[in-house]
Amino acid sequence: MLPHQTINPHQWVKNHADYLYSYTLSRISDEEQARDLVQETFLAALERLDKFEGKSTERTWLTAILKNKIVDVYRKNSSGLKAPSVNKEVHDMQEFFWEDGHWREEHQPREFSIEHHDPFHAKEFNKVLQKCMQKLPPLWLAIFTMKHMDDAPTSAICSELKVSDSNFWVIIHRTKVNLRACLQKNWI
Amino acid sequence: MGKLKNIVYNCREATYLIEKKLIGKITLREKIQLQIHFYGCSVCKLFNRQSNMINSMVKQLLVNHEPVDIKLDDDFKNTMQHRIDDTLNKS
Repeated sequence: MLPHQTINPHQWVKNHADYLYSYTLSRISDEEQARDLVQETFLAALERLDKFEGKSTERTWLTAILKNKIVDVYRKNSSGLKAPSVNKEVHDMQEFFWEDGHWREEHQPREFSIEHHDPFHAKEFNKVLQKCMQKLPPLWLAIFTMKHMDDAPTSAICSELKVSDSNFWVIIHRTKVNLRACLQKNWI
Repeated sequence: MGKLKNIVYNCREATYLIEKKLIGKITLREKIQLQIHFYGCSVCKLFNRQSNMINSMVKQLLVNHEPVDIKLDDDFKNTMQHRIDDTLNKS
């Protein structure tokens, strides 16, 4: 059995604030909003201190609360006026492919200048990757992040964000084609 | 066989299947179709390789997000800790 985990809110900011902040920023691009989310997480956690059962670490528990808040943001961002319709997204695919499904020549994938996953350049890569991800429309980023970073089941994401299964795959596809193009352009 | 032809010559469909295969499931028939497509299309083969790499980079971005030098500024942190302490004292 794991030792019982303790909780000490007087040390929360010192111990976890930077961690939670960078966790948030790898999922949400807006710094202001990320700061608010970290703060809200601490305050929400305080309100349910009695629910902490000591089964996980303090940090894991706080991260779980934060994660729910991030999903809330995704849900808000991806519904309503801000969200482009899926039809528009499908239509946009014509930028990359001819009507018959062939790549438009100017958009054909080319070799990246660096193909290997080189740990030495990992930081640079991550920067470009994050920049490219942040250019995605909110709904795409939400779907992509929830799937890839948190490995959530597809059905859960679909019901959480209210997209159909087929639209989910359309968006996953569209996102990757865009992201890949952005990486190619920026990894010079 | 119309559908087979559709994928074999269609890069948009092929890349869609690549993505579906990477994080979900595709049928055996679709797998074979994709292989046939790759046989004749080096561009989509490259797309496949790069897409795989991007996925592992995204995963790595998650795992390694801690050492990134993103930090909250001290003022904000102090204010936040004060708020926490105040709330604790009130209850």
